[in-house]
Amino acid sequence: MDEQQLKNLVEKMIHQMLEQKDGSLSQPKTIIGSCALDEGCLDDITTIDLKQQLLVDNPVNAQGYLAMKAKTPARLGIGRAGSRYKTITALRVRADHAAAQDSVFSDVSEEFVQRNHFVAVQTLCENKDDYLTRPDKGRKFSPETAETIKKCYPRGVKVIVMVGDGLSSAAIEANVEDCIPAIKQGLKLEGIELGDILFVKYCRVGAMDDVGEMTDAEVICLLVGERPGLVTAESMSAYLAYKPRLGIAEAKRNVISNIHKGGTNAVEAGAHIAKLISRMLKEKASGVDLK
Amino acid sequence: MAEQLLSVGIDVGTSTTQLVFSRLLLEDMASAFSVPRVAIADKEVIYRSDVYFTPLLSERVIDHLALRTLIEKEYDRAGVRPEAVDTGAVIITGETARKENAAEVLNALSGLAGDFVVATAGADLEGIIAAKGAGLDQFTKEHGVTGVNVDIGGGTSNFAVFAQGEVIDTGCLDIGGRLLKIDNASGRITYIMPKIRRLIEAHGLAIDVGDDASAEKLLPLAQLMAEMLCRSVGLLPANEESLYLETNKGLRQTKDITHISFSGGVADYIYMEHTTDDWFRYGDIGILLAHAIKESPLCREFTVIKGRETIGATVVGAGNHTVNVSGSTISYSSDLFPLKNLPIIKFAAAEEDRLAELLPEKIAYYPEQIAAIGLGGRASPTFHDVIRYAEAIEAGLADYPTARYPVVIVLKEDMAMVLGQTLLSRNPHWQLVCLDGVLVENGDYIDIGKPVFDGTILPVVIKTIVFNQ
Repeated sequence: MDEQQLKNLVEKMIHQMLEQKDGSLSQPKTIIGSCALDEGCLDDITTIDLKQQLLVDNPVNAQGYLAMKAKTPARLGIGRAGSRYKTITALRVRADHAAAQDSVFSDVSEEFVQRNHFVAVQTLCENKDDYLTRPDKGRKFSPETAETIKKCYPRGVKVIVMVGDGLSSAAIEANVEDCIPAIKQGLKLEGIELGDILFVKYCRVGAMDDVGEMTDAEVICLLVGERPGLVTAESMSAYLAYKPRLGIAEAKRNVISNIHKGGTNAVEAGAHIAKLISRMLKEKASGVDLK
Repeated sequence: MAEQLLSVGIDVGTSTTQLVFSRLLLEDMASAFSVPRVAIADKEVIYRSDVYFTPLLSERVIDHLALRTLIEKEYDRAGVRPEAVDTGAVIITGETARKENAAEVLNALSGLAGDFVVATAGADLEGIIAAKGAGLDQFTKEHGVTGVNVDIGGGTSNFAVFAQGEVIDTGCLDIGGRLLKIDNASGRITYIMPKIRRLIEAHGLAIDVGDDASAEKLLPLAQLMAEMLCRSVGLLPANEESLYLETNKGLRQTKDITHISFSGGVADYIYMEHTTDDWFRYGDIGILLAHAIKESPLCREFTVIKGRETIGATVVGAGNHTVNVSGSTISYSSDLFPLKNLPIIKFAAAEEDRLAELLPEKIAYYPEQIAAIGLGGRASPTFHDVIRYAEAIEAGLADYPTARYPVVIVLKEDMAMVLGQTLLSRNPHWQLVCLDGVLVENGDYIDIGKPVFDGTILPVVIKTIVFNQ
């Protein structure tokens, strides 16, 4: 193939591509739809419930497929365009990924902390980068902060509930306001009054151990944002330990994970946490020691 | 962590009585890092009795003393003490349920069979239990299809239609293997059930008590009976005769049926590959009926599935499939169990917003007894939603004698623990049972057993007496 032939070929291809573009130019109205341009907004594709969205063309048994999909958040039945995802699926994965990133890199709002009358403190981390790269700093408090925390609780207090942003601020804002009242109410039934709630910025799970050292609390429950995934960015965990201390074995903790709308709902989790706390107090144990 | 329940199933049918013992394995299916989710992980029949003819004193009275002796003997042979039985069901099925002393028999047997054994009768429940015993629920779930199980016993044919694992309709027809009996010694017809007699007369068949029985003579009747079954499952339009033969009600949801399974004593002969010439081996029309069914559109138009159980479907269903477990996060204030035969007062989703207003009226249908409030609830409620539910329930129960009767709430969605705690913290004097993970409908009755699995869950039995869909 000489240079001229090559030029001709490229020219021809460009021509074809332009033709295609021209062809599609006559249809944009139907593709973009009226909402998008006229009202200046796009539909929020993250509001679609993936469990009810079946994208397979002409399914043999749509009902059976949907019944299967109802049991898993996995992206089943997404169909295909050639060998690839359909556009809606590709966009949704990116949107969910963006939500996951946002929940890591954003902070729990100050307004949220104030509204809930939390006592706000911060670990040794100075910013998000520090938090993400220095897990050790996310488990410790400065001497000044330690004083603030000690002032909140009488030494040897029965129960402390603390909230930490962890790796998902969105999880905290989505669940804590329903979870904590349920914990409070459940504990009250057992005759236990809950004091102030700590809010810890840049918080790792181990931060509860340091709080345990400072306060000698019997049981500490930390509600913390879980590392988000593509299923949900709003999943929260509760870590509980009896008399946590720096360096305790992880096996001494109880964890209740997957607290979110699609997992264990926040109120039911709260009720369960309250029961668990009262069992820990009775048996003076947690984790694998709690039979 | 795992725990076992010993379950008994006793089926007192028109022609046969059977008993099974099953082991139900309870296991926490959730990971160690989640809220527990206990479920029945495995069901295994560990003892099967012989198949007995149901002892009768007359066509209308069950010999309940002989029946009791028979059951006691089977307990003995299995080495099971009645107190050791955790749960299960005694079910009086088919025509037997219409015997004069059926209720008396149920009472006598249920006392014998442990504390939390359900005693029940009713064509709808029977059909569902048999279909589950045959495994149709699982088949339709796994294959995503709609199918019907026809449990053909001595006196009745019970239908249950399942779509994707869920029961959507039930029906019952007076068609069975022993509605026409033959004395084997003389070879003569000794009994014809009145409804069948009418069918014979309407079609001008020359069949009567005292006649010599032969396959040629009785085949047209067997074919007619099979035709009635075809009409019931929608393969042929219903007619006056098929409606007349309905025991309590027929099927309505038949249009999506693609699969059929058979259970009951007659089923064995439907599934049998070779025909027999010993037509009256059991002294009745059963084998001939099976033959007619095999040749009928039932086996041509539908895909025939061979059930896991045939003659044992009902008894295995009673032993294995009647008991269920509640969700694993629930609330109850004290040990009030077992609670038996609580009528369900169910509120539709739209009615739940008007709970305070509607509850007093609905609960008044069941004066002087404990009723269970059936609610859908919310999948992911806020704490305020929970408070609103609690307030509505309190207001609705203002006239309910909470001092004497426990408050029982049965929810579908996972919110029973928090709702229970809310109600108890506001009403410390209440006796309360609040459980979830259980789907109930109006007209159902619920039995709630003693807590198991370290007190975290409650075994429940939902008795669908009237299937209303």
